[in-house]
Amino acid sequence: MRLEIREISKNFGPLKANDHISFTFEGGHIYAILGENGAGKSTLMKILSGYQAASSGQIVIDGKPVQINSPHHAIAHGIGMLYQDPLDFAPLTVLENYIEGKPFSFFMHRRDAEADLMARCKVLGFSLNPNAMVESLTVGERQQLEIVRLLSLGVGILILDEPTTGISAEQKSQLFQTLKNLAQEQNMTVILVSHKLADVEELCDEVLVLRRGKLVGHRLLPCETEIMVQMMFGKRLSQTSSQPLYTEKPVLKIHKLTVPARLFTIQNINLQVREGEVIGLAGLDGSGQVQFMRAIAGLGRPTWADQLTAIFALVGLWWVFGKVLDESSAVLNLAHIAILILVLGPLLKSLYPFIRQRSKQAEATEIILHGQSIGWRGYRDLLGRGVAYLAAGRLEEGLVAGLTLVDHAALANRSSLPYVNWLQAWRRTKGAITNFAIKGRPFSQIQTLSGGNQQRVSLSLLPDNLSLILLENPTRGLDVESAGHIWSLLLKRREQGTAIIFSSPDLDEVIDYSDRILVFSSGQTTLVENPEQMTTARLGELIGGKS
Amino acid sequence: MDPVLTSTLADMVRNAAPLLIASQGELITERAGVVNLSLDGTILLAAMAAFAVSYNTGHLGMGILAAMLIGMLVALIVIAASVFLKLNQIAVGFVLTLLCADLSTFFGRKYSGQQGQEIPYAPIPILKDIPVIGEVFFQHNILIYFSFLLVIVVWLWIYHTRFGLSLRSLGEHPAAAYVRGTRVQLWRFVYVALGGALVGLAGATYSLSVKLGWREGSTLGNGWIALAIVIFGGWRPFRIAFGAYFIVGLRALALYLQKEDVLNLPIQIINMTPWVLMLVTLIFVTSGLAESLLVIVPPRWRPAAQQLLRVKPPGALGSNFERG
Repeated sequence: MRLEIREISKNFGPLKANDHISFTFEGGHIYAILGENGAGKSTLMKILSGYQAASSGQIVIDGKPVQINSPHHAIAHGIGMLYQDPLDFAPLTVLENYIEGKPFSFFMHRRDAEADLMARCKVLGFSLNPNAMVESLTVGERQQLEIVRLLSLGVGILILDEPTTGISAEQKSQLFQTLKNLAQEQNMTVILVSHKLADVEELCDEVLVLRRGKLVGHRLLPCETEIMVQMMFGKRLSQTSSQPLYTEKPVLKIHKLTVPARLFTIQNINLQVREGEVIGLAGLDGSGQVQFMRAIAGLGRPTWADQLTAIFALVGLWWVFGKVLDESSAVLNLAHIAILILVLGPLLKSLYPFIRQRSKQAEATEIILHGQSIGWRGYRDLLGRGVAYLAAGRLEEGLVAGLTLVDHAALANRSSLPYVNWLQAWRRTKGAITNFAIKGRPFSQIQTLSGGNQQRVSLSLLPDNLSLILLENPTRGLDVESAGHIWSLLLKRREQGTAIIFSSPDLDEVIDYSDRILVFSSGQTTLVENPEQMTTARLGELIGGKS
Repeated sequence: MDPVLTSTLADMVRNAAPLLIASQGELITERAGVVNLSLDGTILLAAMAAFAVSYNTGHLGMGILAAMLIGMLVALIVIAASVFLKLNQIAVGFVLTLLCADLSTFFGRKYSGQQGQEIPYAPIPILKDIPVIGEVFFQHNILIYFSFLLVIVVWLWIYHTRFGLSLRSLGEHPAAAYVRGTRVQLWRFVYVALGGALVGLAGATYSLSVKLGWREGSTLGNGWIALAIVIFGGWRPFRIAFGAYFIVGLRALALYLQKEDVLNLPIQIINMTPWVLMLVTLIFVTSGLAESLLVIVPPRWRPAAQQLLRVKPPGALGSNFERG
């Protein structure tokens, strides 16, 4: 299908999110739309998919001007959108998800729909179980389901928003193969919105670049990466050089640490981290990097306080039931016991890993921070001792959606005063906005900021003079420029003697910024002492288990 | 079978009817993603209205209609406040509970303790003669039959029609339902109104059949029970029906134990048992303990068993939907 956009503009107040964009997408081609965060990519996609109306301009499909009022309307015109987080229904089955949105009939006609779904999956080479719950599917499978569904609705133009976030390499290559086939065999127009240059180079035929709402470039691929980067940012990026800044003084000693990961238990991790040193953790997703960092940070482990609460709760329950049912009949004594088992069971179950861990680790495991053992302390305690942890899920674990920047500054203030010092929090926010170059106002809610700015806020909230910062994928979802800025902020912290441990799926990032690399590979860890001499390919081999 | 037991069971079916109707109504409402917390007050007001209208007009049908209209009106206030004024559904529902309860007292004063009409007894010709089952299920009046037929209809509607599919989807993820062409707000209004009408009907069932007549606060507490049953039932029609019969059965048992003086316990403790049992069941199901006991189930039936034990509210329950 041929999609033509003429002079599309979208204004949000004074902000021009899209500024007179015109282009023609031909059938059978795969296009990429590139742009840094906030360049207007998602606005354009929302207009094409019917979520928002353009302020002015025209959309022409196969020579006919169309008016798109809603996403459903867009699909009827042949434009289907695959959202970054697939818009599906988790507790419904694959088949039910497939049926919902089809042309109306009174009954579900499950059998017909199932046959239809299976036939289409077979053509595309997908294997989806129609009776599985969508919540049990991986993101890659959910994308496949959405693609099949959109195709069954007769979509001729497929728009994909960051489809490679959160799916495995294997699923990615399968997705790309499918898209190529669709373009070639069914003359589909495929539009990929992304900021991952590697993906764009691998998949697309042509690339469009948006900057500040304007279409600033159009190139046929292959073309040099540097040209694309230059079009995206308008200037050439200088790689932040990271000169080693560490001293010989150790900050953290890890001795014989055992960490359970998703597939393996990693045993016997030994590591010494020096002041101002950056340690990169490399490995396949879920090989234990996150669990390793969380173990150091004291997260996700029952602490003494939890255990005491549980014991008090037990004693309290016993006492209460004992009082009420003291001299009652045998039947009620049975009920008494049954209730105790029902309540005790889950409690004991929650305590079980803790007990096992204590008895197992008692031998020699030690995590030592500045000469003090911290293995049994919780995160709150450790934060006071200079250990900070930033999770990859910024809005899930790091920040509180719905609160403003000032609220966050107030929350991060660990004072013991009974009231909130709003003036101080406001000053601190103002300071952070200038020092960290945050694009946002003190009273804007945190979720309205872009990912890069959210990460800057997280960093600005960390107390000064930390001994150790643990970061889980610090540049997740950020474009090259934001990522560079985050790293320059982090590396500056080393001047105070702060050591940094971070994990990242991006091997270039690990090699560029680490002083040493800890490689996680199927239950084993290897320490790489000199990453300057390391190549991505060699690191990939280490991760894959080739030594 | 023991005639005493049979008649006790028949009583249970009768007494559970209003709870069944109200909880199925609330089920439809909550599946559409809206919490109508005003149940307790609505049932009271509807019970009063049904009695008053049928008392004055002499038509039972008019009384039932009035009760359903009141239920629908209250529910529409909840959804309209949520859609147009962006108010919190729970807050609005709670205030309406209190308001409706007081309104029922105010308007119902002169009907208190009056002798009114009753829905006529109408055994179903052939079915009533089936031993035991006939007596338990088919020797009642039309509202009681409606109560258990409703469960089947709701189940068919939710799981076997396209309307039901979009009902489930719009309560789960309204943004996704919108993308698929469902008119989210319209359908929310429709289902909330329908659910409200059923809640009103539950009130009428009390005052015209199960708890004949009107007295101040006569049905107080039953709305909350219906709300609890919806949660206990994991937002599924048949489990909710089970919950309603379970609660009524426990009450009957408590009454029996008290009358026979078997246990020599204060009545308060016996009255508490349904709640304690409900809490324990919920802990049992949500703590993962039930899940770990599933190993005894053959692997082939395990997914079905897991589904049966699921207690998860609709994803968008209580949220306001805004497009774009």
